[in-house]
Amino acid sequence: MNVIALSHSQDRDFIAQVEKESGQNVSLCYQCGNCTAGCPYTFVYDIPVHQMMRLLQAGQKDTLLSCRSIWLCATCQSCTTRCPNNIDVAHIVDVMRHMARREGYSTEYGVKAFADSFLESVEKNGRAFEMGLLLRFIGKTGRFWTDVDLAPKILPKGKLSPLPHKVKNPEAIAKIFERFRQECQK
Amino acid sequence: MSQKLRYAYYPGCSGQGTSKEYEQSTRAVCEALGMELVDIPDWSCCGSSPAHTVDHRLSSALSGRNLALAERLEGVSAILTPCPSCLTNLKVSAHKMKDPEFAAEVNALLDFPVRNTLPVKSILQAIYEDVGPDALSPKVVRRLTGLKLAPYYGCIMNRPPDIMEFDDHENPIAMDRLMEAVGAEAVPFPLKVECCGASFGVARRDIVQKLSGKLLDTAASNGADAVVTACPLCQMNLDLRQDQINVANNTSHNMPVFYYTQLIGLALGMTPSQVGLEKLEVSPMALLDSLPARAEAQAQAAKKPASKGAQS
Repeated sequence: MNVIALSHSQDRDFIAQVEKESGQNVSLCYQCGNCTAGCPYTFVYDIPVHQMMRLLQAGQKDTLLSCRSIWLCATCQSCTTRCPNNIDVAHIVDVMRHMARREGYSTEYGVKAFADSFLESVEKNGRAFEMGLLLRFIGKTGRFWTDVDLAPKILPKGKLSPLPHKVKNPEAIAKIFERFRQECQK
Repeated sequence: MSQKLRYAYYPGCSGQGTSKEYEQSTRAVCEALGMELVDIPDWSCCGSSPAHTVDHRLSSALSGRNLALAERLEGVSAILTPCPSCLTNLKVSAHKMKDPEFAAEVNALLDFPVRNTLPVKSILQAIYEDVGPDALSPKVVRRLTGLKLAPYYGCIMNRPPDIMEFDDHENPIAMDRLMEAVGAEAVPFPLKVECCGASFGVARRDIVQKLSGKLLDTAASNGADAVVTACPLCQMNLDLRQDQINVANNTSHNMPVFYYTQLIGLALGMTPSQVGLEKLEVSPMALLDSLPARAEAQAQAAKKPASKGAQS
């Protein structure tokens, strides 16, 4: 059992920030455990969902932003759908992952690298380019053998194009990313 | 179906790559059912899961660009997409943009604003609600009698219910009913809305092996010959990664994983190549070839008790 010394580690600003960004009232959670009971990912989590919610109520910013669970949530919406108090739990986890990114945490580097590779591919081509994003991922992680066993299965079927299917005007999409970065700096 | 069904169509990126057969069979089936799909001109990626894990404004802007382009098309009643991930992004974006403050932040990232005038639906919802199993059934020229299917919807087609507004969020039945309308049998499948491991296949293959493995085990133990799905990512995890799953879990599944549009297409008389069956990793051909014999056996079995106890 983990004991938390609230007098030292409670960060009230963190709670307020999560509530503001997610639009959810964190104090509504009464720890019924329905979220954890339905979560398919508990077996790889370091902190199960209901405990994340309790730690959030206790303002435990560092523990939450440095945990693996926030990266391993697939947003399958089981917790959100089954919460008896209508808390959008998956949205809260999403928001904590945004905060972790902004503050430089990445406890599941592979997961972050995959998301980054995907978005880089979209920014460049306007659409996701599957072969390209796999190569970007391998470049970032050095995991050369990633899914190499699938190549002989998928390549002969012509399902993995060696060239991107670009939009007519990729700059229009790149501009969305550019404006987003400018907004973030404000 | 008196009036013409005309929709804005959002194909999604995977339809040009790893789910080509879904795209191909979707277009063919919609045409056969009198549903006109007008491609959203120069559509771009919806951002998929990676975008919403980075920022909700960015995610909504990437989806929003497509909503705005679709609104400019003439005479369309809804925006349709085959892919549940695209669907959820487009729907969540449209839903969140009902908040004027959020909408202003998103529109500031776009060249032209989203007006939010069209409903967004999955192709599954449109076939189920706008055509319907009762209208589909009489068009069937090849009934898929004897085919036992585990209908797998994936996690986000119906959840969360207040945003997705389609079918039941714990026990959806749209695909079950459509499969029954073409003569197949939908076996009980309690994991209809469980997650397959989503896009963790590349970064954390262990997760997909465990979760998709459970889906295949349960489908098999409930007597299914095959899984039928409506999601490109679910299909890829279950089909393309089936050997990886077998090795990791010490199983020996050899279970075809169809897109529901491929089966509807076959039932409407299309050839296997018209619906892209050769693009599936686990070949379904032996299973499909065995159907006439199974149908015959079922008919024989049905005759016996009927002749014995003719009560009515």
